Amino acid sequence: MASTRTPADQGGRPGTSRDGRLAAAESSAIAGLDSLEIGEVTGARGAGRLARKAWSATWPKLLAIAIVLGAWELFYLSDFHGDSTNGLVKGPGPGLANLWDQLQHAQLWQAIGTTVQTAVVGFALAMLIGSVIGAVVSRIPPLRAATGSIISGLQTMPSIAWFPFAIILFGTSVRAILFVMVLGAAPSIANGLITGVDYTPPLLLRAGRTMGLRGVALYRHLILPASLPAYVAGLKQGWAFAWRSLMAGELLVILIGHLSLGILLNNAQDQLDLTSAISIMIVILVIGIVVDGVFSKTDQAVRRRRGLLTEGQPA
Amino acid sequence: MNVLQRSGAPQDPLSKALLNGQRPGTGGAAAIRLTEITKVYGRGQGAVHAVDRLSLTADDGEFVCIVGASGCGKSTLLSIVAGLDAPTAGQVDTGGRRVAIMFQEPALFPWLTARRNVELALRARRVPKDERRRRAADLLETVHLAEFADKRPHELSGGMRQRVALARALAQDADVLLMDEPFGALDAMTRDLLHDELERICSERRLSVLFVTHNVREAARLGDRVVLLSSRPGRVIEEYHVPRTGPRRIDSAGVADLASRVTDRLREEMRRHG
Repeated sequence: MASTRTPADQGGRPGTSRDGRLAAAESSAIAGLDSLEIGEVTGARGAGRLARKAWSATWPKLLAIAIVLGAWELFYLSDFHGDSTNGLVKGPGPGLANLWDQLQHAQLWQAIGTTVQTAVVGFALAMLIGSVIGAVVSRIPPLRAATGSIISGLQTMPSIAWFPFAIILFGTSVRAILFVMVLGAAPSIANGLITGVDYTPPLLLRAGRTMGLRGVALYRHLILPASLPAYVAGLKQGWAFAWRSLMAGELLVILIGHLSLGILLNNAQDQLDLTSAISIMIVILVIGIVVDGVFSKTDQAVRRRRGLLTEGQPA
Repeated sequence: MNVLQRSGAPQDPLSKALLNGQRPGTGGAAAIRLTEITKVYGRGQGAVHAVDRLSLTADDGEFVCIVGASGCGKSTLLSIVAGLDAPTAGQVDTGGRRVAIMFQEPALFPWLTARRNVELALRARRVPKDERRRRAADLLETVHLAEFADKRPHELSGGMRQRVALARALAQDADVLLMDEPFGALDAMTRDLLHDELERICSERRLSVLFVTHNVREAARLGDRVVLLSSRPGRVIEEYHVPRTGPRRIDSAGVADLASRVTDRLREEMRRHG
């Protein structure tokens, strides 16, 4: 091992008297470079911009509705349904009138109330159970190895196949429906969290550890926030499963004196009332879309905060 | 201002000091003492000696640059000093000093603003809330980012992110700063400015620094000492002491001269590996 000495600053500006000025110059050079690199984006502002934004968000939805109504009208006009003699199939005009009519009556709202309440309770349970399972499994490797495939397997199981089991176990009750909803949604939620934990960037973990984050603090300040995008994606998928399980449940588990959207749909089927059935289906579709939209917005907000989504990029 | 300036090295303990790997003339205790560090990855036939019986000492307030070709175990060495990795054999002694590390990537938490990133490091050390806010503001001021405190990392440029990372490392109140090619991904202009910044901050705070780089000029620009490592296994093959007489620039003749000598020695080492 050799050791050599060398003068390294012959070309440098000697003396420390200019240090103050140097530091000031250096600071302003840095500020200048910063403003060049940041390059604030200035765009059109005000009412015009807001209106354009609102329009660009609205027209795809209007177009979608137009396409659905057009397809409905075509289906009605065509003889594809082979129902021209019975008169069960009606066009979008009478169909929407039926929906409007039902919306005036308390019965539909009561059914919506019951169904949404079951949805909220079932999804909350699934979220609680899925999150706890996800959190525990992701942190305990042996458990992870043992249960990882079970959780994935549960996800592929169609929830409707659980109903005989649930009805035998819980009888024809709301509990049977909630049970199937949890089984449908919790694995997605748990998997979302597990994926998020798995994909916590190792570099951030190293940074967190050198900062002195350990145990619960490491989990709370680093791993959980880092998992948030995958967790929200899991919630969104879980909601879709929960909503499907709920609808299947309300059609299969007929509860006396329990007015729900499933019961209304069942009644329409019994009475061969196709138009009412379509109205209820539209309500079910709209609720599903609205809740899904809430999760999509949350997902976008989370990703935007992290710079994973550039402005103007479609969701 | 320049606490690193040293003069009149005592002649007598020179050889002894060099033998210990200690810089002459400091009189200070070693901030980092690495003794016969060995790191082996894998076992049996496929085992790779990343670092082999490497001994290195850095004094309090000393800026040590470590250069070497790829695969010389530079980053492994820093991980070991930071306690992120355990050596296969040998000892790391930092005398209870607090150690902070900076990586080539800023490794900021993307969901937190610049200020909250710095505050989290303070929080991890259980600094009370009011004081966290005040100190985070001071630290961002130190790296000239006060007005960007509420921006998230993705809203900042590469150089600015790395300065937030520096503020976060400083928030750990470390005596020893480990830097793993922190400016490797930045353009030359930004890097030059950050060299000046880092030099100012390190001397103000009397930090001991282990600075890993593959950029020989950068090492010559910043170091009180430049340590050259051999490749696989990593071992110290040469040390260059750089007396501080005033501000340095990356394009000054002295820096260029030292850089070319280090480069020549590095090439010789590479040829040895064919």
